[in-house]
Amino acid sequence: MKCPVARRAAGILLSRGDMTVISLNSTRTSVDGIQSSYMAQVQRRRLYGGLTLLIFVVLMVSGFNIADDRNAGGFWEGLHQIGDYPADVLTEAWEKRADLPGLIVKYFPALIETINIAAVSTLIGAVGGLFLSLLGTRGLAKWPRLIPVFRRLCDIMRAVPEIVIALVLIFVLGGGPVPAMIAIAIHTAGALGKMFSEVTENADLKPVEGLASTGARWSQRMLIGVLPQVAPNYISYTLLRFEINIRASAILGFVGAGGLGYELRNAMAWGPGRFDEAAAIFALLFGTIVLFDQVSSRYRNRLTEGKGQ
Amino acid sequence: MTAVDINAVKTEADQLFLRKKLIGFALPTVVFAYLVYIFFAFDISGIAGRANWDNAVTLASDSWSHKVHVTRDNRSGEITYAVEGERKGTYPEGQRPDWVSGDEVITIDLGGDHVVRYLPGNRTEIELPGFQLIEVRAEGRQLTSNLPAELPDWISASNRRIGITTPEGRITLTGARTEVFNYFSGWELFWFTLDSPYHGQGFVNILLGDRIDPERANIKGAVSDWWNNAMWRHKDVAWAIGETILMAFLGTMGAAIAALPLAFLAARRFSPIMIIRAATRRIFDFVRGVDALIWTVVLARAFGPGPLTGALAILITDTGTFGKTFSEALENVDQKQIEGVSSTGAKPLQRYRFGVIPQVVPVLLAQILYFLESNTRSATIIGAITGGGIGLMLTQAIQTQKDWEEVAYYIVLIIVMVMFMDWFSGWLRGKLIGRKG
Repeated sequence: MKCPVARRAAGILLSRGDMTVISLNSTRTSVDGIQSSYMAQVQRRRLYGGLTLLIFVVLMVSGFNIADDRNAGGFWEGLHQIGDYPADVLTEAWEKRADLPGLIVKYFPALIETINIAAVSTLIGAVGGLFLSLLGTRGLAKWPRLIPVFRRLCDIMRAVPEIVIALVLIFVLGGGPVPAMIAIAIHTAGALGKMFSEVTENADLKPVEGLASTGARWSQRMLIGVLPQVAPNYISYTLLRFEINIRASAILGFVGAGGLGYELRNAMAWGPGRFDEAAAIFALLFGTIVLFDQVSSRYRNRLTEGKGQ
Repeated sequence: MTAVDINAVKTEADQLFLRKKLIGFALPTVVFAYLVYIFFAFDISGIAGRANWDNAVTLASDSWSHKVHVTRDNRSGEITYAVEGERKGTYPEGQRPDWVSGDEVITIDLGGDHVVRYLPGNRTEIELPGFQLIEVRAEGRQLTSNLPAELPDWISASNRRIGITTPEGRITLTGARTEVFNYFSGWELFWFTLDSPYHGQGFVNILLGDRIDPERANIKGAVSDWWNNAMWRHKDVAWAIGETILMAFLGTMGAAIAALPLAFLAARRFSPIMIIRAATRRIFDFVRGVDALIWTVVLARAFGPGPLTGALAILITDTGTFGKTFSEALENVDQKQIEGVSSTGAKPLQRYRFGVIPQVVPVLLAQILYFLESNTRSATIIGAITGGGIGLMLTQAIQTQKDWEEVAYYIVLIIVMVMFMDWFSGWLRGKLIGRKG
């Protein structure tokens, strides 16, 4: 580890060579001085780096111990059991493999519901995020005084985990896809609002000014002046969000919001004997997530790299 | 350019316009059609019928108010005063709210000329403005009252149970007990429960006044009573938030540590063997595709519910995500810097340390810190499933369907927690790699 340091010091000496020519008489002392101060700096940086690393390691280890203590089962006892549940599920699914296609057909409507929740909430969330970002960006906002209000609104919507709104809405509206849809849409609007406004901030304002000079209304300025500039990035972010929302809608199903997650919870509650159903749901969920990941990442690449139209 | 050429260009342009026009109309139509389909698939029109608006009203009013129950047990004649009717919120022996007076006859002044009197012999008098004096007597399981046959809709009455809802409070009478609920705004007993000597003492009084509890110093006693408040469980809440953040921290950092070496295996530049590269990438895709939900379910079987399970679920899922982004960052590393380092005769490990790591660290740190914030949210959700942290407390509070002020409190705390983590990760990023843009 010493060599690169010495080499780095040598590099510094080389670059400072011009200076040393000017004051030849003091070369020896100044070189020593530079070298020692450089070494001191390196030492200090190493110390800080080491301390940071130490704090990090202490945090990780103590954090792990606390989490292990507060967990129902211990880490080391559980470690060798990780494979048990998947093995049980897989063996049972394999024994009943003839039923699997039927089960997949049976749960397909639930899958459609999960995807629908994600799609609608992404759609609504993207429209909401669009308005939040336009209203919260300097130079574009319809009411410049309200920019901080819209930004805070965006932050708060983004900070609310979907499950909070979903659980409250399930209490009021009853179970089903609508609470999940609203919950995910609110979070999506906040999250996309922030990402969108990062894009909009870099948008060229000249078209907007040009349109304003013709007397265009705010909606026209946005629609014609801003949206064409930002559309590729917006769509790319929206697709990314769609991927995330499919996962979210599956998870929300688990707390009672319908779709595949709900079926999964029921299948799990039955326990052994119905593991083939759990396996079918796992397979559907996994396949869907991977499929949409691949499709969306392909389109996102095309959008951001400007290939295709 | 000849006329033919111009015509060709013209038709081409016309076609382009036509296509754009079609897309311009087709896209909104498709979206609209999809929304119409969703309207029927989700049965949006039926939602108004299925929705329980009473629940919504309870939720909205209870989340910022509390009620004090005044209960007379009609068998023993004993009267109890309790905040939210909970044992933890019961007034100690000999104490009662100041809107209750009398010894033989207990007079409960609900405010706005609404007065309820508990008379001896299990009789109750209810005085409401603009309505006759209601008298009810409980005998065994039967109620006899002077209520007229025609009742307004805020009174429900049978010979077993009478319920009266007024703007000032609610009164329910059954043979076994007579209860009055008086509503107040605010979160009662948030600081101290009624059995604490510090209840009802002002902040200044606790801080500067005489010693209230002779056993303990004021500040120490007050903090300990607040911390161990049985009603709001500040200690448990703090632990739960700590657990949630711990899940996010352990999961994110563990995933980063696990993903870094794997990312080298998946990056074309550093891993010449195609099979290893492809295998690592498929592993990333797999753990990402299985998703935190399934990992949580699987891991909860092995480790039981708790923060460790949540942390591991986040760790495994994010190893895939990090692996993917890290390996992309590694592919984009500038070769010149590595060449520069190797020209000094650096060994491979040193080439990585001084040629590669400094280039990718800012990208990786930004990614990790962004995920730290996002995983705080995930940890709340996973906690609700696997049983740990503030997510679990929230689901429990919602499932009991009565502690809505606690639900509101937890929601506020969760939002504050996520916003804090957002700010903190941004601050840390600024400190570590400098502000971007």
